[in-house]
Amino acid sequence: MGTLVTIELALAFLGLGFVVGIPLAVGEVYGNKFVKNLAVLPIVEFFRSIPALVLLFLFYFGASSLNLSLSPFIAALLAMGFRSAAYQSQIFRGAIKSIDVGQMQAARSIGMSKFKAIRYIILPQALRISIPSWSNEYSSVLKDTSLVYALGVTELMRQGRYIVARTFGNAILVYVVCALIYFVIVHFGVKLLDFLEEKYKIPGYEIKKVTTRA
Amino acid sequence: MTQTILKVENLHKSYGKTEVIKGVSFEIKKSETKVIVGPSGTGKSTLLRCINQLDPPDKGRVWLEDVEISKSHIDINQIRASIGFVFQSFNLFTHLTALDNVRIGLMRVKGMKEEEATKISIEELKRVGLGDKIHNYPAQLSGGQQQRVSIARALAMSPKLILFDEPTSALDPELIGEVLEVMINLAKEGTTMIVVTHEMGFARSVANDIIFMDDGIILEEGPPGEIFKNPKHKRTAKFFSKITQLEGEKAK
Repeated sequence: MGTLVTIELALAFLGLGFVVGIPLAVGEVYGNKFVKNLAVLPIVEFFRSIPALVLLFLFYFGASSLNLSLSPFIAALLAMGFRSAAYQSQIFRGAIKSIDVGQMQAARSIGMSKFKAIRYIILPQALRISIPSWSNEYSSVLKDTSLVYALGVTELMRQGRYIVARTFGNAILVYVVCALIYFVIVHFGVKLLDFLEEKYKIPGYEIKKVTTRA
Repeated sequence: MTQTILKVENLHKSYGKTEVIKGVSFEIKKSETKVIVGPSGTGKSTLLRCINQLDPPDKGRVWLEDVEISKSHIDINQIRASIGFVFQSFNLFTHLTALDNVRIGLMRVKGMKEEEATKISIEELKRVGLGDKIHNYPAQLSGGQQQRVSIARALAMSPKLILFDEPTSALDPELIGEVLEVMINLAKEGTTMIVVTHEMGFARSVANDIIFMDDGIILEEGPPGEIFKNPKHKRTAKFFSKITQLEGEKAK
């Protein structure tokens, strides 16, 4: 049960992070001063500079002090989803900036609007380049779901805690099992991303296998 | 009277404090090929980029047929769709096959159905001699092949004119010929083209007019016979004699 909740949380955080992270990255690279300085950078800086646990408390208790009652799940989604968006935006920004300016120029020269050029030319390339770093973000976010424990969401860690409490069992054994479950989820997720990287690689532009010569 | 396709009037462009183009005017008629030559850094490439507003000019006006395209409220995307641009560094979309590179403009800009876009794109790729490479990615093609795909990409949009920005300067010597051959055929078929190049052989045999640019202005303009044999300006004469010398040395 707890495992499913953990996976759900991770998918929700990463999903929100992706959906918000892309526009943040595009806004930071292509936006004008106002978009960049008044919207993108404040969001990115805020969510990257505050520890995850503090963000969780800010959203959960902050909302209730404003008389908004957010469920722990929604509070966690906003805090951790936007936090992931901030990190993901930097992954995508780096990828977008690594693409040769000629790609944008060529797209504009055949009559594409800036939006179409980003949608059909820039992002398809940037997302491919992003997969290795994104796989890092995936593993961080998945493991950070354990912090949501603090808001009382019954995810994997809290489930473990309950089992320890209920059975007066061997605490260390239960936590080792938790650790193994995290390990397995992260491991297979990373494998899936490696598979996607391989499947969608651009001929001639794949990230080269490093061969060292003595 | 032949129809004027493009007219440029008193164009100026600066980067920072450096004025790169200092008042350029010329026009090109349907089916003409104009070749722009001149020393490096004299604003030839900038001029091309000002024409299709990839780098908007600071001053001056540009007309495509009877539409003034240098006005700010004009739908520049629609204009650009009818002006082909061939880059020195090809700039093929790296994540797309040759076929997709050519048809993406038809589908995403002109809103054409996939089937029709594919048909046109294959025809254009055959026209540049790449009928057997349509499923190759840019990285799997030689420089000359990539440049020919980029010419096909421009042609597929059925542009009113095509701008070539030093299309062979990034190519190995043995690959230049295949690209020039495609361009010579286009000129023969009556494509309206403005070509910035250092290929004097091409200029001599294909150009209706040669524009000699120096230091941000057009110093001289005329048919190749005139401008090569009897240049009016010392600078022009010096430039051509240097180039000819170089070609002569190559021939040795």
